[in-house]
Amino acid sequence: MLITRLKDKETLLSLAGGKKVFIINCHGCREVYFPLEEAAELQKELEASGSVTGSITTDYICNPENMKLRLEKHKDEIGTADAVLVLSCGVGVQTISEYLEDKPVYAACDTYPQPGFQGVTPLQYDCDQCGECYLNLTGGICPITACSKSLVNGQCGGSKNGKCEVDSEMECGWERIYRRLAQIGRLDLLKCPTQVRNFATDKEVAE
Amino acid sequence: MKITEAFERGEFVVTAEVGPPKGFHIEHMLEEAKTYLSGITAVNVTDNQSSVMRLGSLATCKALKDEGLTPIFQMTCRDRNRIALESDLLSAALFGIENLLLLTGDHTKLGDHPQAKPVFDLDSVSLIHAVKQLESGVDLGGNELVGEPPKFAKGAVVSPCSDSVDVQLAKMERKVAAGAEYFQTQAVYEPEKFIQFMEKAKQFGKPVQLGIVIPKSVGMCRYMNENVAGIHVPEEMIEELKADKEKTKAGITGVEIAARVIRECKPYCQGVHIMAMGWESKVPELLRQAGI
Ligand code: SF4
Ligand code: SF4
Repeated sequence: MLITRLKDKETLLSLAGGKKVFIINCHGCREVYFPLEEAAELQKELEASGSVTGSITTDYICNPENMKLRLEKHKDEIGTADAVLVLSCGVGVQTISEYLEDKPVYAACDTYPQPGFQGVTPLQYDCDQCGECYLNLTGGICPITACSKSLVNGQCGGSKNGKCEVDSEMECGWERIYRRLAQIGRLDLLKCPTQVRNFATDKEVAE
Repeated sequence: MKITEAFERGEFVVTAEVGPPKGFHIEHMLEEAKTYLSGITAVNVTDNQSSVMRLGSLATCKALKDEGLTPIFQMTCRDRNRIALESDLLSAALFGIENLLLLTGDHTKLGDHPQAKPVFDLDSVSLIHAVKQLESGVDLGGNELVGEPPKFAKGAVVSPCSDSVDVQLAKMERKVAAGAEYFQTQAVYEPEKFIQFMEKAKQFGKPVQLGIVIPKSVGMCRYMNENVAGIHVPEEMIEELKADKEKTKAGITGVEIAARVIRECKPYCQGVHIMAMGWESKVPELLRQAGI
């Protein structure tokens, strides 16, 4: 089980405020608890300021086949948007971000674990439910699962020929992140403040 | 003494690295360090290098300090969480150890305890940040320290000949932003690449020490080329080592090559860091040939 919770308003406005955004809501699978009301409210607020080019609400956005067809239908609306805001778990955001490779794709939610049965979604992407989703700093590629050391402040010195020091078959996650940030013109995100991980997040959710 | 003071005086700063043994008998290591490394600015002590379990860096630093040398305490994030790291930093301050080199560390899978849990609670950047916090009198949990806070010279590493040098430069910038005051590099065998790197790195305004590993044999070079990230020994150098087997075995060729790399890079950097890997005895001759 996992829980997605909307990031705080300040963060969301810094991502979407003053920009034209396309919104994707995933009402997901049974494993995910999704903040329906808060999401609807956010969307209303953004619409009122006239900056939403379009939106879709669907389920299983982590299924790349399905998603491709749906995104095709909204090609123009997505095209005119400056960024795509995704309200889903970390896997969903990564699926969209890989598909819309030259568009900034932002995660509007943080994903937390919830004790209990872990859903069996067909996973091409991984989310470790770290509770403080980093995808907005890393071009939609999860540093927790794409980097063998789950580094959140950049590449270690171990990458060789673009491969990770732990597994020569695996592409270094931070190479991918760097490439993607270059592609969407957001290398400036690498200059963000030092990130210190918070392993207390599930307790916070319980509170 | 803090190594940063030597940079401030404009010295070309020489450091060398020693690796503690797998055991606690360090008489031999201390003897070698005293004999061959006492003329240089400071001596790095590696922290379970390559994820191979050994005698601790902190204890070895203390032993070196007692012998009158200036140690640099290397710390990785692989084996300790933030509580243990911060605690060890305070222990270092108690022992009067003033120089740090802060690294992420190799993954546990690369070493001799592949079953061990890799920690990485912090990484090189957040560890530098943690040191800065402690220096301000507050720990990472936001709690105040008792009494005068510690003060360290905070060093970090960077890989100038990495095949993803731009990604490395981005990380270097984050380290500087977090509080890194000086850098030591991965071993360099390609001066052109190093010089190009320094052209870009000089914008950060922090002293950089060129990393040197004396090439001991053809096998070692080939091994590094295949397995060690950020190191590439050009084919011509390997040929040079092949040319005279006796000379190579005696370390003469390796020292010649290393001295040449230092001479070519010296105008572009602020010091040299020698990783002798057991060849500590060659360090004085290397420095002589390099004109230092
Ligand atoms: S950063 Fe990765 S692990 Fe954390 S919530 Fe986002 S996708 Fe999941
Ligand atoms: S080589 Fe890349 S993926 Fe592997 S641990 Fe280092 S930064 Fe992470």
